[in-house]
Amino acid sequence: MPSETIYLDGHIIDSLTMSKVLDIILRDGGEYEIHRFDVGRTRTDPSHAEIEVIASDEETLEQILHVVQQHGATRATGEVTVEPAPADGVFPEGFYATTNLETMVRYQNTWLSVDNIEMDCGIVLALKHSRTTAQVVPVHRIRKGDLVVIGDTGVRVTPPERRDPMDPFAFMGSEVSTERPKELVVSAVVEAMQEAHKAGQKILFVGGPAILHTGVGPHLEAVIRAGWIDVLFAGNALATHDIERALFGTSLGVELATGVPMASGHEHHLRAINTIRAAGGIRQAVEQGILKSGIMHACVTCNVPYVLAGSIRDDGPLPDVITDTVKAQDAMREHVRGVRVALMVATTLHSVATGNLLPASVRTLCVDSDADTVIKLMDRGTHQAFGLVTDCEFFLRELAARLPGVKL
Amino acid sequence: MSHSSPTPNAQHLTPNIEPSERPLRTRRLLMCAPTAYALKYEINPWMSLHNTPDLSLADRQWHELYRVLTQEANAEVTLIPQFPDAPDMVFTANAGLVRGQIAMLAHFRHPERQVEEPHFKAWFEEQGYNVRVPPAGCKFEGEGDALFASDILVAGYLKRSDICAHRWLAQELGIQVLSVELIDDRWYHLDTCFFPLTPDTVAFHPGAFDPYARDVIRSHFQTIEVTFEEALRFACNAVVLGDKVVLPAGCPQLTQALQERGYTVFSVELSEFLKAGGAAKCLALHLPQ
Repeated sequence: MPSETIYLDGHIIDSLTMSKVLDIILRDGGEYEIHRFDVGRTRTDPSHAEIEVIASDEETLEQILHVVQQHGATRATGEVTVEPAPADGVFPEGFYATTNLETMVRYQNTWLSVDNIEMDCGIVLALKHSRTTAQVVPVHRIRKGDLVVIGDTGVRVTPPERRDPMDPFAFMGSEVSTERPKELVVSAVVEAMQEAHKAGQKILFVGGPAILHTGVGPHLEAVIRAGWIDVLFAGNALATHDIERALFGTSLGVELATGVPMASGHEHHLRAINTIRAAGGIRQAVEQGILKSGIMHACVTCNVPYVLAGSIRDDGPLPDVITDTVKAQDAMREHVRGVRVALMVATTLHSVATGNLLPASVRTLCVDSDADTVIKLMDRGTHQAFGLVTDCEFFLRELAARLPGVKL
Repeated sequence: MSHSSPTPNAQHLTPNIEPSERPLRTRRLLMCAPTAYALKYEINPWMSLHNTPDLSLADRQWHELYRVLTQEANAEVTLIPQFPDAPDMVFTANAGLVRGQIAMLAHFRHPERQVEEPHFKAWFEEQGYNVRVPPAGCKFEGEGDALFASDILVAGYLKRSDICAHRWLAQELGIQVLSVELIDDRWYHLDTCFFPLTPDTVAFHPGAFDPYARDVIRSHFQTIEVTFEEALRFACNAVVLGDKVVLPAGCPQLTQALQERGYTVFSVELSEFLKAGGAAKCLALHLPQ
């Protein structure tokens, strides 16, 4: 619940100001906690109290704070300080570095909600339609003269709320464990996905090539075709091996139907890349009838946007892969707006990269056979993530089986 | 001239004030003769541009008040000339709050009266006062909202003065300040509904205050409660000079209550100043030495 600390100073006991302020807080629907109360020793010594005012919502809190100020309470939080950026792509010294938690900044006596919160960025105040807004801006997008928030005075970060017991993710806690009943986790994810779509919010899938190697490519494809995924983030590998499977029936040269390595199979993924490069891109290959199935085919035909971000070890890469990492981040940034559920399956690199962009309010599930991946994700600041340590094959089979409308 | 005669009480020529209790006020006052008094705006419920004062009558009433204060109540009155741009400057009580050589200057809520600030500031400085101005954003309307009862300053807020000014007064003067909230626009200043008589006796009209303020006043002082009808006649807008009290005409109940306590009461007709929401006390600022 939103809260803010106020100070009361002066002859607040003799004047009954303290009682009055506390009564006002309760009368106007708030609660309080007295954190400090120093009573003046002599009659002319002023007293000092620090009171945390708590309300159910921002509007109520603001109303209470407005009234108690007229009776002598001062707000402990000051206003934000801003300084102009010294150059393009450079924050001013002492800039406030964001977290992925809901953040507000106080400017000209008003709390402004920081739009599109994302960790490790700065906050820029700007005038938009004659209204001041607070925007999260990554350092490379800063322009000289942008007004950047300095220090943490006037910045309020709302700690993650205690989980609603009705939240399907609630029972999981946020620790990494191999000891959880996995079916229950999958049920909870299904419920969360249904809730998200019911609320008109998006579901993001982030995947690695193990999905193909373990043979559950068709399951993910079916989940996409059933309309359950709204945006896909991956690298060159997932797309390449998906296309390899579509064109050759193999993943890294292993025949998926039999599990037997095929002769010259190790060349298949290179030939797949080459075919798509010749076609001009994945969409073009689908349109030309070259690519007829698979995850990427499902994305193109079902209009599910995807961002393929490159890495230094990529073969090819496919023409759709964004090799400039800053541009790839920006493309991902555009697509995380409105995401409510993020499923990160069998990829360390892309999970961490996506986690960096997500607000902490996004329900995030990280599935990996290696507990380290989940731990790494949380260590990088994505504390809201739930870890499910299991083979991605199990997870996707279960997910496809439990989601309504998925046809295999 | 329309004023009732001074009403000394023959039975109590010496008021029953305890010997240990010093009279609260010094006898020095600042006043401003109404050479440019006028009703040119409406900033309180008493003011109406359709009910403007009779200026010649106002002049006579002011001079009668001056006479009573100086000749009957033995006050030493210093005058400040009125500036033509400041029609309410006659209400010198709002110029600031004086304690010793320190003048805590007013900062008015309404821009109409803010024009008075430089005139009073200049006067205080000429007189050698150490002038202090309220912190930015803090409104303070002088003795109109701050009255000493012995060493305790009772200070009104919310209508005209801000409570932040009380903290400023307490810190600058090293005194205890009791903040009391005013809740009725008709009694927009503390001195319209409250006045100290002795270090532990005050007169007040409870209806002008919120319940907390009433409790604060009753728990700190013995009280004389002023009726609604007399409070509307600005009975509390009284100048106390030792055992003499000067108040507006038409307040027989308070007059009697004061006389029973041994005070000599002088009533002065101040109808033309009531039209602007002021009476005896508003027209005089204490200059304690």
